[in-house]
Amino acid sequence: MTAPTPNKMPTPRTIVDKIWAEHVVADDPGAPSVLAIDLHLIHEVTSPQAFTGLRERSLTVRRPGQTVATADHSIPTTPRNLPMLDLQAAAQINQLEQNCADFGIPLHGIGSPSQGIVHVIGPQLGLTQPGMTIVCGDSHTSTHGAFGALAFGIGTSEVEMVLATQTLLQRRPRTYEVRVDGRLAPGVSAKDIILALLARIGIGGGTGHVFEYRGGAIRALTMEQRMTVCNMSIEGGARAGLIAPDDTTFEYIEGRAHAPAGAEWDEAVERWRRLPTDEGATYDRSTTIDADGLEPMITYGTNPGMGIPITASVPSPADVQDPAARRALEHALAYMDLRPGQPILGQKVDVVFVGSCTNGRISDLRLAAAALKDRRVADGVRLMVTPGSDEVKREAEREGLADVFKAAGADWRESGCSMCIAMNGDQLSPGQYSVSTSNRNFEGRQGKGGRTFLASPLTAAASAISGVVTDPRTLPGIESMAAVGGR
Amino acid sequence: MAEPFGIFTSKVVPIDAENVDTDQIVPARYLKVTDKAGLADALFRDWRFGEDGSLKDPPFILDQPGMAGRQILLAGDNFGAGSSREHAPWALTSWGVRAILSTGFADIFRGNSLKNGLLPIVVAPSVHQRLRELIERDPDAQLTVDLAEEGILLPDGSTIDFEIDPFSKRMLLAGTDELGYLLSKEPEIAAWESGHAPRIETRVEAGA
Repeated sequence: MTAPTPNKMPTPRTIVDKIWAEHVVADDPGAPSVLAIDLHLIHEVTSPQAFTGLRERSLTVRRPGQTVATADHSIPTTPRNLPMLDLQAAAQINQLEQNCADFGIPLHGIGSPSQGIVHVIGPQLGLTQPGMTIVCGDSHTSTHGAFGALAFGIGTSEVEMVLATQTLLQRRPRTYEVRVDGRLAPGVSAKDIILALLARIGIGGGTGHVFEYRGGAIRALTMEQRMTVCNMSIEGGARAGLIAPDDTTFEYIEGRAHAPAGAEWDEAVERWRRLPTDEGATYDRSTTIDADGLEPMITYGTNPGMGIPITASVPSPADVQDPAARRALEHALAYMDLRPGQPILGQKVDVVFVGSCTNGRISDLRLAAAALKDRRVADGVRLMVTPGSDEVKREAEREGLADVFKAAGADWRESGCSMCIAMNGDQLSPGQYSVSTSNRNFEGRQGKGGRTFLASPLTAAASAISGVVTDPRTLPGIESMAAVGGR
Repeated sequence: MAEPFGIFTSKVVPIDAENVDTDQIVPARYLKVTDKAGLADALFRDWRFGEDGSLKDPPFILDQPGMAGRQILLAGDNFGAGSSREHAPWALTSWGVRAILSTGFADIFRGNSLKNGLLPIVVAPSVHQRLRELIERDPDAQLTVDLAEEGILLPDGSTIDFEIDPFSKRMLLAGTDELGYLLSKEPEIAAWESGHAPRIETRVEAGA
């Protein structure tokens, strides 16, 4: 190593610093920065009022070629040849189609082979790339951070701003290093990493920050696993969470429909290799998680920060000092109808949901299918498997995963957000318990009065088989399942 | 576009819970609308109404006598967590809320509120506690919110100072929105674009 030249060393920068600096369009004193947006994803639920706003001001979409639409939130997951029974949802879909046609925005809508959950199709199409700024009127836009993009959810007013100007007013976020060292044990997955982080910092712990996930356990994750981690950044209050790109990232992107090709590919990879955080760069906050010590995680309460290792007991309000936190826990346990101190293992389950932008990708379905192969869903339990996109569905059918699910007695659906947000009729009945691979266990999130345990696809599948919350490490052959996911 | 945000006086609705998420503020099944109207009925829907659609007994705070027409919420920490749905501030303003006092707000909700003439006011935990005690003693106590002076006037004549970033303050006081500001940046946007070729072209057919 050579000694640094005095006064010549550039200040070490984080990946967030680098992406931010490249995208600042204007920086007036006393105002937030004007930030350029590389990719704008839209869907049916949070865009109609934005297009209305454009029409009222006689504005056009500035960059339709950097905008892309799909229908995912409110669409049925029943066979596509059936009519939409929800007329309000159908009207919203029609309006999306009309808006996209009027403003020249490509739509991967119902019936398109590239339809899917917005955060599944972006990466799948190769639209999601390192170093980009990516926004969508959906808080799980943080998913795209897995590629080393600065990606965050926005409101409908901001959707209108991005449509009109391809920019947003943003304040520079603070940075939060989440270092995950060590190795995950068999049966412990990406979902368990993020649930463990949320259990530690709570659902407001990352407010005002961008998480950067680092460390050996993060590097060892596949792209789809990285997406699972980044997806739930918002559940810790961070609008974005990202992972610096590496060869795993490049291998995933190469050859996809919208990926750079030829000389442009080489140029892009060279540029992307400069993105990772410089040695010596500092973060505003930092935390470390030991992957070796992680167990499968599950939530017991009514926000994603209320999680415990699956072998632990439901916490007791009597042990909580802070009065507000104690009241919140009491309220959550009353809603969930759980007793303080009871084990979560063995808790009965009515429904198991495998899907969503968190865990609805092909590797998630492979894991669930590996657990379910030659087994049956327990009597009285409904297992619903909803692929994250039409392409994921076709691939799962090609690989025989759909046959495994169907043979196990599962309900194999069309793609969409489905029971993660329960807008489309896929929902729990009041009082029902689900183990769900989705991202939110808020009251009523999966249907009014429904009770959600968030967990990994392996935990979900294991619980579907036994009919109660089950540790996936008890599955026969669990040691070999870790390798099943693929890239 | 919002009205200019003037000084106003109102009684307070206490929401005694932390981490109130936007799924509670507006449940997802009410997001199938294509306009912003009528969301007041969806506000805190599942905390207010039972299975059969009638008000819960006892009623949620919003439906208790004397609460209708109040413009200030006193909310617990991290209000507005979760989903980015702007339907949450639309529903709150539609019900009549103009300011929310809390020790903290979720980022997306906070930004969405400021764009809809809804003022999120962050106060210290000790101030929050003081306000809670005031409202417990006198549920009909009136507060005056003065954005221009960045202060809240209490019934005893004392004031609580708060801070808001100057840009949001300017926008709210003038009743203008950020889109107008961004549109005024057209030359800067064009200059940036001329130096940065688009990274992607979504209109190219997949596989082309």
